[in-house]
Amino acid sequence: MAAREVARTPENKVYSKPRLLTDAVMHFCPGCSHGTIHKLIAEVIDEMGMEHEAIGISPVGCGVLAYDYIDIDWVEAAHGRAAAVGTAIKRLNPSKLVFTYQGDGDLAAIGTGETIHACNRGENITIIYINNAIYGMTGGQMAPTTLLGQRTATTPQGRDAAQHGYPFKVGDMLAQLDGVCYVTRQSVHTPASVRRAKKALRKAFENSMQQKGLSFVEFVSTCSSGWKMTPVEANRWLAEHMLPVYPLGDIKG
Amino acid sequence: MEEIRLMKGNEVIAEAAVRCGCDGYFGYPITPQSEILETLTMMRPWETTGMVVVQAESEVAAINMAYGGASCGKRVMVSSSSPGISLMCEGLSYLAGAELPCLVVNVSRGGPGLGTIQPSQADYFQAVKGGGHGDYHLIVLAPGSVQEMYDFVSWGFDLAFRYRNPVMILSDGVIGQMMEKVVLSAPKPRWSDEQIAEMWGSWAVTGKPASRTRNIVTSVELDPLRQERFNHKLTDKYRTICEREARCEMVGCDDADYVIVAYGSSARISQKVVELAAEDGLKVGLLRPITLYPFPEREIERLSHRVKGFLSVEMSMGQMIEDVKLASRCRVPVYHFGRTGGVIHTPTEVYEALKSNFLQK
Ligand SMILES: Cc1ncc(C[n+]2csc(CCOP(=O)(O)OP(=O)(O)O)c2C)c(N)n1
Repeated sequence: MAAREVARTPENKVYSKPRLLTDAVMHFCPGCSHGTIHKLIAEVIDEMGMEHEAIGISPVGCGVLAYDYIDIDWVEAAHGRAAAVGTAIKRLNPSKLVFTYQGDGDLAAIGTGETIHACNRGENITIIYINNAIYGMTGGQMAPTTLLGQRTATTPQGRDAAQHGYPFKVGDMLAQLDGVCYVTRQSVHTPASVRRAKKALRKAFENSMQQKGLSFVEFVSTCSSGWKMTPVEANRWLAEHMLPVYPLGDIKG
Repeated sequence: MEEIRLMKGNEVIAEAAVRCGCDGYFGYPITPQSEILETLTMMRPWETTGMVVVQAESEVAAINMAYGGASCGKRVMVSSSSPGISLMCEGLSYLAGAELPCLVVNVSRGGPGLGTIQPSQADYFQAVKGGGHGDYHLIVLAPGSVQEMYDFVSWGFDLAFRYRNPVMILSDGVIGQMMEKVVLSAPKPRWSDEQIAEMWGSWAVTGKPASRTRNIVTSVELDPLRQERFNHKLTDKYRTICEREARCEMVGCDDADYVIVAYGSSARISQKVVELAAEDGLKVGLLRPITLYPFPEREIERLSHRVKGFLSVEMSMGQMIEDVKLASRCRVPVYHFGRTGGVIHTPTEVYEALKSNFLQK
């Protein structure tokens, strides 16, 4: 009892919940990367002093309720269309910090067209891309990013290249486009990777405010429920299986 | 500051948008409406009023750009023709579900499928009954002249913001392509950020100022009971719209035996039919719905007690006829006549159809 009170004095405080994260109880499953990435976004916006300038666009997917958790203005877009929504918001409000938050089904399947063209036009927005190699929200079906051999609800025998094609490396493709100023692939599965990811996110947001073109921040992420693993197993699986296919680091800029 | 010019219906849409302080236009080329985007890029309004004009990569992207702009309390517009409007239908449902104002112009053409590039009125069901999914309606305006193409842009924006609902101008290739004299009103400025914050601060996404809590534009609901409550609220709004906003024009209906119901270019053609009938001593009136949703039900219901029949004239296989039957409670015969697939009916054809339906049966 006494020890707990000591730990709560301000001098001993080493961490607190980011100011811009609301008190709403997150719906994310234990071990899911979404919550950690939300935390980073809230921290970076606050540290940049952009609370009043930020407009987020949430996807259809597990990130849909981002507006309940991060205390800024939000628009919830139709499945895959966040980059088009963001295009207009930024063009009509050039001084705002505009970013989209999208899963790999949302961005790399149904929204591929909107994504490529927003990138190619060099819209001054940041795209935050959550690659968890699966459709989380709809119950664990194959995504374009699903690894070869990976079992999902729609690839019960494992993804087979002959039938389903190959894991889609969206960041590498977008890096080819002249309108894109920054492409980076990050993760949040270790404390060190969280720190690096935060720096990358800040760089992307700064690019957007300096009108440098489109910044693309991919997060190689876990989906413990969709993968049918414990949180610890999911983090290990990410390191062992996803990172060889989706290596971390800057791809452009 | 008023100006009179000879202009095409499509050009006038562009001119009206700039003059009424539109903030953003998003479009994708498709005949017979490409002049709207072309005229805007000729006018370069981004250098004068600051209006944003984007050629999108598809109609899907265009309507979602409009969704983004509308979320910010901006006056935004898209235009397309039939196949492109089909692609926009998901977005229209989202706009209605999120209660966002937006102006959509459909210069429609023959279908189904890729169809033809000639004028048609076969998108009535899509415009009036939904098109997209869920319990929603668009407010649908049907211009009958180039002047109305101009006037309805400003009217459409007013309705869209008053009711926070997407508004469609349902035109066709005849009105879009034809040239007429048009009176252009004096330009109105775009709203400033301060005006938007003042007028639409309760919902518009502008970056959350210290003075308010965050705004969220969304159409998702996890609890079906809350969705049901919201749908009741939307329906109350549509009921108010039906009570207040239905408009129609009536020509010679007071003592008519037969009434033609026709909108847009079909109404222009039917005016001639009324004249042909008068020459033969037949009492034929014309009721021209100016709003298709809300439909001018009251006027048709009133006439249905007195007239001997209605002829719904539309360039389709017969779509609006269903609303004429409903409004008239089927008290008297209701027939349809219309060429379709991009073929335009002649006044003589319509007149013959009227006579064969009502006089030889
Ligand atoms: C037009 C349309 N098609 C399909 C769906 C169903 N749906 C909802 S979320 C989703 C996929 C989500 O997966 P992802 O983008 O990878 O995000 P995650 O849930 O994994 O974070 C799908 C297909 C929808 N809402 N709208």
